[in-house]
Amino acid sequence: MAQGFPILSLVTWLPIAFGVAVLAVGNDRNPAPARWTALVGAILGFLACLPLWTGFSTATGGAMQFEELAPWIPLFNVNYHLGVDGISMPLIALNSFMTVLVVVAHWEVVTDKVAQYLAAFLVMSGLINGTFAALDAILFYVFFEAMLIPMFLIIGVWGGPNRVYAAVKFFLYTLLGSLLMLAAFVYLYHQTNGSFEILDYHKVPLGMTAQVLVFLAMFMSFAVKVPMWPVHTWLPDAHVEAPTGGSVILAAITLKIGAYGFLRFNMPIAPDASHALAGFMITLSLVAVVYIGLVALAQSDMKKLIAYSSISHMGFVTLGFFLFNADGVLGGLIQMVSHGFVSAAMFLCVGVLYDRVHSRNIADYGGVANTMPVFAAFFVLFAMANSGLPATSGFVGEFFVIMGAVKVNFWYAFLAATTLVFGAAYTLWMVKRVIYGEVANDNVAALRDVNTRELVFLVLLAACVLAMGVYPKPFADVMNPTILDLLKHVATSKLS
Amino acid sequence: MNSATFSLATLAPAVPEMALLAFVSVLLVGDLFVSERGRHVTFWFAVASLLGTAALAAQMVGSPTVVTFSGMFVADPLSQVLKVAALLAVAVTLVYGRVYLQLRDLLRGEFLSLTLFATLGMMVMISAHHFLTLYLGLEILALSLYAMVALQRESVRATEAAMKYFVLGALASGMLLYGMSMLYGATGSLDIARVATSLGTAGSSRTLAVFGLVFIVAGIAFKLGAVPFHMWVPDIYHGAATPATLLIGSAPKIAAFAFVLRLLAQALGGMGSDWQQMLAILAAASIGLGNLVAIAQTNLKRMLAYSTISHMGFLLLGILAGTDNGYGSAMFYVLTYVLMTLGAFGMILLLSRAGFEAEELEDLRGLNRHSRWYAFVMLVIVFSLAGIPPAVGFLAKLAVLQAAWEAGFGGLVVFAVLMSVVGAFYYLRLVKLMYMDEPAGEITIAPRRDMRVLLSANALAVLALGIVPAPLMDLCARAITASL
Repeated sequence: MAQGFPILSLVTWLPIAFGVAVLAVGNDRNPAPARWTALVGAILGFLACLPLWTGFSTATGGAMQFEELAPWIPLFNVNYHLGVDGISMPLIALNSFMTVLVVVAHWEVVTDKVAQYLAAFLVMSGLINGTFAALDAILFYVFFEAMLIPMFLIIGVWGGPNRVYAAVKFFLYTLLGSLLMLAAFVYLYHQTNGSFEILDYHKVPLGMTAQVLVFLAMFMSFAVKVPMWPVHTWLPDAHVEAPTGGSVILAAITLKIGAYGFLRFNMPIAPDASHALAGFMITLSLVAVVYIGLVALAQSDMKKLIAYSSISHMGFVTLGFFLFNADGVLGGLIQMVSHGFVSAAMFLCVGVLYDRVHSRNIADYGGVANTMPVFAAFFVLFAMANSGLPATSGFVGEFFVIMGAVKVNFWYAFLAATTLVFGAAYTLWMVKRVIYGEVANDNVAALRDVNTRELVFLVLLAACVLAMGVYPKPFADVMNPTILDLLKHVATSKLS
Repeated sequence: MNSATFSLATLAPAVPEMALLAFVSVLLVGDLFVSERGRHVTFWFAVASLLGTAALAAQMVGSPTVVTFSGMFVADPLSQVLKVAALLAVAVTLVYGRVYLQLRDLLRGEFLSLTLFATLGMMVMISAHHFLTLYLGLEILALSLYAMVALQRESVRATEAAMKYFVLGALASGMLLYGMSMLYGATGSLDIARVATSLGTAGSSRTLAVFGLVFIVAGIAFKLGAVPFHMWVPDIYHGAATPATLLIGSAPKIAAFAFVLRLLAQALGGMGSDWQQMLAILAAASIGLGNLVAIAQTNLKRMLAYSTISHMGFLLLGILAGTDNGYGSAMFYVLTYVLMTLGAFGMILLLSRAGFEAEELEDLRGLNRHSRWYAFVMLVIVFSLAGIPPAVGFLAKLAVLQAAWEAGFGGLVVFAVLMSVVGAFYYLRLVKLMYMDEPAGEITIAPRRDMRVLLSANALAVLALGIVPAPLMDLCARAITASL
């Protein structure tokens, strides 16, 4: 295995190093140096991950690329092993991109403990990249858990009024799930005669009971993260109380780690259990799609509404995965990336309004289009993407998943397709109440339209949403070989 | 026979102990001639003698096993590593406690010489190769600690704690002695190596040995503070002056680990299947109760006491595996645990000032507002105690968990893992107080530079060991395989 320039280490550690640097130059009275350092760090982090995209080879199938391997704890055979395939690479790119947006978005908004805020985001960005790139179970776990610390602080320090409750709930829910996964890793370590390599776990034969237990232990961890119904209750709390940047990263990135975990761990390690439990997974996913869609309809808080909409959309992702066909998995993956853009955009839009009016209540708005026409145009575009309008990225993923579902069972597809109705209903109804109509009150009348800084991230996200909606091929090309490999692997029974 | 083989060379393995004894004698006499103003001379002399002894012990690291004093005393790689660690831990304790003791007029020759005597006791325990040496070391340590807790004469709480500590400690020592006498009856020897060999032979009575084992395990559980023999821990931690608490909570755990290893792994290794079951119950009870009760605490020292109980449960998880892998993991666990404890109590000492003990949870409120750096220091230590990566506490837990799993205690591992979530809750509360609440009272940070530097280094070590654990882990594994 040729080891070239360690790009993956760079995308992991560069943001973390800049996070430390931000703390070093930060000072509460003059936040400018911290801000600029963070921006430079975020942009460099994004640039560093570009070679991953350009240098990615689709000819090798699902093999890992850009691998780095070094012993870390030789005693337990734990290695510093990084590598990406068509599933993880786009997610790393997405995360690095979002970090730039988050730094831009915070600019005039966060004024308290700025350096710590930015450092938390940069450190988390690096840890997330590490999570996606890790090929060693313990390394994965370390990144996965370490991520909780900055997120806990982001929600708890800079969040809304009920932030402490939300932060603790977020932390404990996630920790409970992941510790069970750790127990599963220890079990697999002894099954493979002392290996923590994820790729070895893919190959180790396991009996049905063992597979089911391993599947459930990991399911606990990732289902909480996705989040799937019924362990989703931390998400609305965390989202509502988190600062805008926190919501963006939560929705756009950390939820994806849960879905990524299903593809990297559950399905290949326990293929027979995955097939046996597919009905269970699909049921939970459909409940999320339909029931949570209805719950979203009833929300009066914009952030809560988008949070529920996220859960519903993530239901699509898990539904796609457990259909076990190429359309479903590809649809799920595209939906993941697309949801990253769309949910981030929605949260940023709410953030724009919140910064001006300091309310997330739908009832406090009305007729925003009259005072903020440019903003309103973007908001409507993202709302359309959120409800899955063709030519936006939201459509592509949902379409593929529904196609995949039809091949398995008509009723799956039918129930999944209801999201196109519910999604449109709750999103557009919110748009109607917030954007259209007469100017509702003095606050709205006093609104100023978006400034250049806000325009930057709105335009960037709009471009991504449209580009992916019109021409998703680059993503599909990168993902497809890995998906086909994965499905071939999952179709082979591990029972001997 | 003994006199025939005596030569100066047979003393060589015990040079660190003898050096420390010499130092402490000098200190005892010298302190009489030192005026109140020159007290810092004796203080630094004590620190220097600890470091000097550590240097002597460190020179012996890596040398092969030597048994001397007619089989009473052993110097093996395990003991050398543990001694260095214990000596350094005590030295750090003294530096952390200096200002606190000075302000309370406790920084006197008594405290320092008791500290050094306690250290000597630990070293004897660590190097014991005979039940009597083991007991001798234990009592030197325990008597010094009893006196140290009682040193705060005018404090009712401290006196009560000392009383409790003494009575319960004496009870535990009694149990140990009783167990040892049973083993003597069963095997006809008090020498660890000979007990081990004769246990397997037909001549020894198994019933008697198991009977003795029960008492020995109970005594061990007392000394470690494992449930259901844990009652003294919270009261002593709370009642003693914080530097004394720190001394009780840190380095003696290293000695206790050696103590458990000598008794169970070396002497009674042949009865592994018997004591594994007992330790499993002790471990499960400690992890469960320690974590649950810690939630209800409002006093930081009491909370850390219950956290200690649960950590001792984790330590037992490694020991009960009964394999080299398990002992090595437990050793790594105890060393990192001591490092974390030093940091946690170091913070309490740093925030305490004249007439004010920063020992309530509330006293940490809004620390981040006051000092970003020390809030971070505490954050690292707290997350390490909770077992959240990347701090070293996680890897230590992982090591003992995998060892216990390997030995077939899968159910216990899952239970321990679930209780960690409960544990995370009260650690999180601490982080919440520091970061998410506004300061309520005044926070002062002791201006002493020695302590600030050391405490910062302590926290960074906790973090660095989590990122680069391999050298220490290897050291532990090598020490265990070379010694057992």
